[in-house]
Amino acid sequence: MTTDFDIAVVGAGIVGAAIARLLGGTSLTVALIEARDDVGDGTSKANTAILHTGFDATPGTLEARLVARGYAMLGDYAAATGIPVERTGALLVAWTDEQLQTLPALRGKAERNGYTGCELIESDEVYRRVPALGPGALGGLTVPGESITCTWTTNLALAIDAVNRGVTLLRGRRVTGVEVGPDATRLTCAGGDVTARWVVNAAGLGADVLDGLFGHARFTVTPRRGELFVFDKLARPLAPCIVLPVPSKAGKGVLISPTIYGNVMLGPTAEDLEDRTATGTSERGLAFLLDRGRELMPQLLEEEVTATYAGLRAAIDRDDYLIDVDALHRYVLVGGIRSTGLTAGMAIAEHVGGLLGEALDLTPRPYLPDPPRMPNLGEAGVRPYQDAARIDADPEYGRIVCFCERVTRGEIRDAYRSPIPPADLDGLRRRTRAMNGRCQGFYCGAQLAALSGSPGDFS
Amino acid sequence: MIERVRVAVVGGGPAGLTAAAALARRLGDGVLVLEREAETGGIPRHSDHLGYGLRDLRRFVSGPAYARRLTSAASTAGARLATSASVTGWAGDRALEVTSPDGRRVVEADAIVLATGARERPRPARRIPGDRPDGVYTTGQLQQLVHLYHRDIGKRAVIVGAELVSWSAVLTLRHAGCRPVLMTTPDSYAPFRLTGRVAFGVPVLARTRVVAVNGRSRVTSVDVEDLRTGRHHRVPCDTVVFTADWIPEHELARTGGLVLDAGTRGPRVDTGLATSRPGVFAAGNLLHPVDTADMAALDGRHVAATVLAHLDGSASVTAGPQLNCEAPLRWVAPQLIRAGGPVPVRGQLQLWTSQFRALPHVVAVQDGRRIGSVRLPWPAAPGRVFRVPFSLVAGADPTGGPVTIDLAGFGHSQRRTRRV
Repeated sequence: MTTDFDIAVVGAGIVGAAIARLLGGTSLTVALIEARDDVGDGTSKANTAILHTGFDATPGTLEARLVARGYAMLGDYAAATGIPVERTGALLVAWTDEQLQTLPALRGKAERNGYTGCELIESDEVYRRVPALGPGALGGLTVPGESITCTWTTNLALAIDAVNRGVTLLRGRRVTGVEVGPDATRLTCAGGDVTARWVVNAAGLGADVLDGLFGHARFTVTPRRGELFVFDKLARPLAPCIVLPVPSKAGKGVLISPTIYGNVMLGPTAEDLEDRTATGTSERGLAFLLDRGRELMPQLLEEEVTATYAGLRAAIDRDDYLIDVDALHRYVLVGGIRSTGLTAGMAIAEHVGGLLGEALDLTPRPYLPDPPRMPNLGEAGVRPYQDAARIDADPEYGRIVCFCERVTRGEIRDAYRSPIPPADLDGLRRRTRAMNGRCQGFYCGAQLAALSGSPGDFS
Repeated sequence: MIERVRVAVVGGGPAGLTAAAALARRLGDGVLVLEREAETGGIPRHSDHLGYGLRDLRRFVSGPAYARRLTSAASTAGARLATSASVTGWAGDRALEVTSPDGRRVVEADAIVLATGARERPRPARRIPGDRPDGVYTTGQLQQLVHLYHRDIGKRAVIVGAELVSWSAVLTLRHAGCRPVLMTTPDSYAPFRLTGRVAFGVPVLARTRVVAVNGRSRVTSVDVEDLRTGRHHRVPCDTVVFTADWIPEHELARTGGLVLDAGTRGPRVDTGLATSRPGVFAAGNLLHPVDTADMAALDGRHVAATVLAHLDGSASVTAGPQLNCEAPLRWVAPQLIRAGGPVPVRGQLQLWTSQFRALPHVVAVQDGRRIGSVRLPWPAAPGRVFRVPFSLVAGADPTGGPVTIDLAGFGHSQRRTRRV
């Protein structure tokens, strides 16, 4: 068997891209294999995009450690690459006596996780911080470090960084078969087989299936559907920080969060499904969210809805990340990475690197390229349409084509010229915010369809 | 960079262009229209069928021809038309932040006319669940795809809504070779509007609503619920057009802190179309979703007179009583009578009802006293503006309390029982 690569990383979500980026910085040859036509098109794209401190993780777990470490790593990486982050802080709000009595224990748990920023606050302070909350809040716990970010830019930055470091990105290659040989493993893929000495399974929702192809039967991924509402940017003043429910036996509950794009998000639901492709919203789910929203923040329901989404989280039947190296088969499983994986991704990569370092030489290459500078999708930062000097230098940054989100033709062009250009209109949305606004294409949809249909105009 | 003008008109559709033309006859190039699209003309640009210009131009032309005529009139009168120029916010009481390929600048004006129009609510705003496949449009997006970009649409379309614009969508679909197989509307009166069925041959399902859109990459069907029985059935289609359900494009009005009307969701205006902020005016479908293009244009002509009076310093600023309305009326426009001010456009109030009345009897009450009453020979129907003579409220006491407009024979006790 001829070997194409030293390592193949399967899955170009946040976790796979972070691992490929790390491995790409060594002298090994690396492939990043993605079943879909774009990076970050599975669970990663529908993340709630909160940069977690890890205050509420189960102390002592791998997840707790990697989230706390990832929080610092991604924070630094965001500053270096321009991934937008807003340090809004979070507020857990207690609506019942039982929840109120849980708050001190939650603070204790945060401290056991090494997070000491939490404070208990009274009801009047809760309303001072978030005046639009519905009646009945009894008290709260602050988590000043919780922040909001952009999951799309994070995923893309890691993947572009990996590609810049020499990683081969193969999109549209769904792995359907595995053949482990003495020196190399053949991955049967739609669109062309790939052989590699080592394989890293970061396949998210498909991680258990791929694990099965390697002969394991360790865990089952249950797709957990989370539906959410995104409200109009005009609602943003209602949500100055992330408003979290107090976790209970019934699950984490519904949160209200500002988004990095200046909207307000309400959700998610949590519904275990069988179908790993069921990313549609449901009448029941949306009605549930509206009922909860009406209690949490009645004023929010007066505002227009900009979008509804459903994302699938890769829940597994155990309470921690499942990361394991099978040296015999030169195979690494990175499974059970739930929504905290956005924050933890870079720390997961570091952890995997530590485990692999025993078998492979992962000494960093000298003269690695600088991390990419990402276009700013954050509402709080300066965007091209606001940047007089930039427009003077290149008038295309003054030509707004998506009016609601104020995306310029210059940014659309840049997306198509980037190392990982969009594969379709949805990919363009995630790179630029185009068509993500309140009109959902009423004004700009036709023009953007035309632009995305002939990306050659930009090359 | 700061640019000074006499009047800045935000939005180059029928209302903005008509206002600009009227203003430029006095002010010449002191009038600047800021249009964010690459062409002026607004929605008629891509509404490529006859039916435009009746009440303002006394002509019967296509949308694109109408857009060209209004553009030419404004520009011939001397107004400057800036295209690809987006107003992104306020830089002062009468100062706007503008982005265009020419740069980022602030436009300061003695008067500002907001004529930003309205848009149809897209599917998410209507909270309709299901998948997110391709092939789901609003009429605006559909018509641009077909008429401006000559793109292929599917073969079988379901149309959500049965209002004027819905028929415009039908024409566009036919033009594109896509068969409209069904129109669905929650209203019960639609079957009475037989003209639609006869003229277009599209089945209209009244008292129904779309409850799900299905299809992974492309639409394959919609689920339609019968509101009387609660039963669902699946309609195969590859295209869904969400029509009507308009909302004013009111971002600037809101970020500018203008007082908005809860019913129209546009800025509250007086009979001269002045907003709550001195020197800021509004016209067209920003004020009330939604009226025909020629009516928006007449608004533009009307607001120009108020703006000129404001610039001359001869404007009356005495606020009079507010106008409110009671269900089933959703909104009234304008919402403020100005003492000594003009009568509204065409001497009419505009109203929107959520229930059908064949022969509406409209009454106006101020401080517990009935000040006016009118029986109309035309129906009040959901989905379109209905108009009543301004004389209904002309007898209002300028120093009195708010005037409430109501449909008679629909008193409070009856309304309560009906709501149960």
